Amino acid sequence: MARYVGTPMKRREDPRFIQGKGNYVANIQLPGMVSLAIKRSIHAHAHIRRIDTSRAKALPGVVGVFTGQDLIDGGVGKLPCGWNVPDIKVPARWPLAVDRARHVGDGLAVVAAESAYIAADALDLIEVDYQPLPVVVDARKATEPGAPLVHDDVPGNVSYTWAIGDKAAMEQGFAAADHVVDLELINQRLIPNALEPRAAAAQWNPFSEEMVLWTTSQNPHPIRLLLSAFTLGIPEHKLRVISPDVGGGFGSKIFHYPEEIITPWVARRLNRPAKWVGTRSEASMTDSQGRDHVTHCRMAVLNDGTITGIHVQTWSNQGAYLSTFAPLIPTALYLTLLSGLYKVSGIYGEMWGTLTNTVPVDAYRGAGRPEAAYLLERLADLAAARVGQDPIEFRRKNFIPKDEFPYQTPVAFAYDSGDYHHLFDRVVEMADYPAMRQAQTQARQQGRLVGIGVAGCIEASGPAPSRVAGALGSAVGFWESGAIRVHPSGKVTAMTGSHAHGQGHETTFAQVVADELGVAFEDVEIVHGDTARVPFGMGSYGSRSAAVGGSALVSSARKIRQKAIKIAAHQLEAADEDMVYDQATGKVYVRGAPDRSKSFAEIALAAYTAHNLPDEVEAGLEETAFYDPANFTFPNSAHIAQVEIDRETGEIALQRYVAVDDVGKVINPMIVHGQLVGGIVQGVGQALWEQAVYDEAGQLLTTNLMEYALPRAREFPAIEHGRIETPSPHNPLGVKGVGEMGTIAATPAVVNAVLDALAPLGVHHLDMPLTPQKVWQAMQAAQA
Amino acid sequence: MRQSVTINVNGQRHTQEVEPRLLLAHFLRERLGLTGTNLGCDTSQCGACTVLLDGQAVKSCTVLAVQADGSSVTTIEGLATNGQLHPLQQAFWDNHALQCGFCTPGMIMAATDLLRRHPDPTEAEIRTGLDGNLCRCTGYENIVKAVRSVAEQSS
Repeated sequence: MARYVGTPMKRREDPRFIQGKGNYVANIQLPGMVSLAIKRSIHAHAHIRRIDTSRAKALPGVVGVFTGQDLIDGGVGKLPCGWNVPDIKVPARWPLAVDRARHVGDGLAVVAAESAYIAADALDLIEVDYQPLPVVVDARKATEPGAPLVHDDVPGNVSYTWAIGDKAAMEQGFAAADHVVDLELINQRLIPNALEPRAAAAQWNPFSEEMVLWTTSQNPHPIRLLLSAFTLGIPEHKLRVISPDVGGGFGSKIFHYPEEIITPWVARRLNRPAKWVGTRSEASMTDSQGRDHVTHCRMAVLNDGTITGIHVQTWSNQGAYLSTFAPLIPTALYLTLLSGLYKVSGIYGEMWGTLTNTVPVDAYRGAGRPEAAYLLERLADLAAARVGQDPIEFRRKNFIPKDEFPYQTPVAFAYDSGDYHHLFDRVVEMADYPAMRQAQTQARQQGRLVGIGVAGCIEASGPAPSRVAGALGSAVGFWESGAIRVHPSGKVTAMTGSHAHGQGHETTFAQVVADELGVAFEDVEIVHGDTARVPFGMGSYGSRSAAVGGSALVSSARKIRQKAIKIAAHQLEAADEDMVYDQATGKVYVRGAPDRSKSFAEIALAAYTAHNLPDEVEAGLEETAFYDPANFTFPNSAHIAQVEIDRETGEIALQRYVAVDDVGKVINPMIVHGQLVGGIVQGVGQALWEQAVYDEAGQLLTTNLMEYALPRAREFPAIEHGRIETPSPHNPLGVKGVGEMGTIAATPAVVNAVLDALAPLGVHHLDMPLTPQKVWQAMQAAQA
Repeated sequence: MRQSVTINVNGQRHTQEVEPRLLLAHFLRERLGLTGTNLGCDTSQCGACTVLLDGQAVKSCTVLAVQADGSSVTTIEGLATNGQLHPLQQAFWDNHALQCGFCTPGMIMAATDLLRRHPDPTEAEIRTGLDGNLCRCTGYENIVKAVRSVAEQSS
């Protein structure tokens, strides 16, 4: 039946991008538009005694300069936190800091000028009288007695704590164990670095009192809601939020940011269109960052390799304020993943969410799940070595068997489907793992440092269902909207609440809708990213778009089909239940008499002429669905990496990367492959190069792409990639999340490979990133 | 303190008064409305703003408009001829060599220069040759494929 789903259709988005016609926020230019620039704190923690804007205001071309107090006097509200675990302390966060700056880059004032160059000049003329305060940057040290308080009303800098699992069962598991492996690790802080810096543009209409905001967001409707209800105060029906082409997000563009408040506020205040375009250094200092865990973790095993217990304690750095979904990440997307691919009854995880003088931390590609996978897969390697098993043998021993799905873990999740043995069979076969190990043995005999790393990972993607999210602290639901408008000629416009910022929804969702209705791909247009054109939608994050947004479109297409059947049955003088909707052609015919039929276009026209409709059927052919998923989906992966370390320099060459992923059914295999390979490269970035570095004074030392090392083309071999498919049983497309899976598995696979290479030297753990310097120093220390 | 510059962009002559500090990237984007040239960083690392200056790839965020006086510039908007996509544009489309599209104009311009200098590069040479251009989405694999496919077509 499917004609388009499952085929690698070329993306219809691409012609505009390859010809330089992408419609990014920074490209928006309106008559009379002012350029905004933001004065930012140079100190990680300081009292702001005075801000003198007089010289900046006097600069020709400057139209206005406003401080945090001006904004408050002008009616802005505090930025809320959208995930409230029990007893959480949410510190106040204003769009611009008022009397105290709490991280380097905290906004203090905004300049509006006739050009971006003048606005930048004016920033230098703003004088800020700082009184520096003591600083804390480390997640665990922030909780020590005497640590400086980031917010006076959050004692001990602990914003919240959370725990999950059965502590007694965990302790039993450790008591019964033959061996315990133990690890202190740091999952380092990352800067997402989507290539397009964040931007916002706004236009105010004083007559209709309507505001249009263009913003680089992954979810325009929630941003509109937050602006209306909390921060800007313009009612939802007078506020239109548009996220046009967005140049990558990786989570960092989910959250509500101060500039989304400041830009429309200034546009209204000055009654002129306004635009703020972030620089890379601003992105580094203000985009929510990722990871940053200090963790103590332990795994208990029997001599035969059976895992009997897992215990995890994590100090999760939240930064200076709670970003929009910050408390979700190290709780319900982290500790709930501690079962991994394994059947273990004794699991207990606990965490402390702490405030520091650093940029706020929130979801970054994988978001909690990579941190869980990383520690589990590091522990698995240590445990395998302890019991003398091959890493794959050890993992296979503990896999959840395929006949136990759906599988209820002891940490809340019920996995939908999977076949982890088959998954590993495939990767072992693709990689020819035994041959890799043989070659490694030979290389070691020659004194070469060759390492093979294995990782098997689970992801929970597409957060669901809404009522459970609400019980866990969510302020929002996790359904998605999908609306289909069939025009009188039979052409189709489909509106999705999902948002694409590289994922290709304009193509994949058209494949889905075309198949569901039996119309041509070319006859389906996908609309997204505009609150004026699309029903309220939740946007894209957590690898949810296909499973939730795609399913919403399927639901609305089914409603269209039902109505089409009613109309056709009436016109053909047959009963509804005798009709067949042929999804290959869009024809509706009488069962057993295919020539008694109506085409999709005929039915569409009939719906709009309304000359001959059944009494109970209204005119028109347009349906909306709000799909609330029954469960997350649980994609999973088996990755094998091979590295060789240069003994002289500590440099790591990634020689092979073999990956097999189970992301359920696929809509467009070309796009799925692109998502997975791109994800893998990003995950390798964390393993080997990427790190947001703060010094003791809270200065961020990695504020540009000279200092923050993103993966480059020359560092990679071609990725060898395969898939298996265990369809998700609970969504109509059978799909699972794909956007984050590669990133989750790649990090532990590569770290395990490097430590496998170093094992003969007696090096068993290093914290990421595994830079040549760090590896070289470890080799020197081991050989000394 | 303005200076007059004449720059031929995509075959059209433009004479304008500019501040000496105006970057070529901003001249293209703001004066000429050629917003295909994207800006992704402050330090000439990302390469999103790559254009051809007298046939050679440059990062237009590191060239002053006054330095381009009297020169010819080709941007991503000038690459297709008579409505026909440049082979690299077509290859990027065919090979899914882009996701969010933000690095794509610079990547295609850099690849154009790479193939001019080196018409038949190996995969490794393509990877090294594009070292000045960052992509956060694709993992580069399909970009390499796309460039290689153009080299194969013309060799």
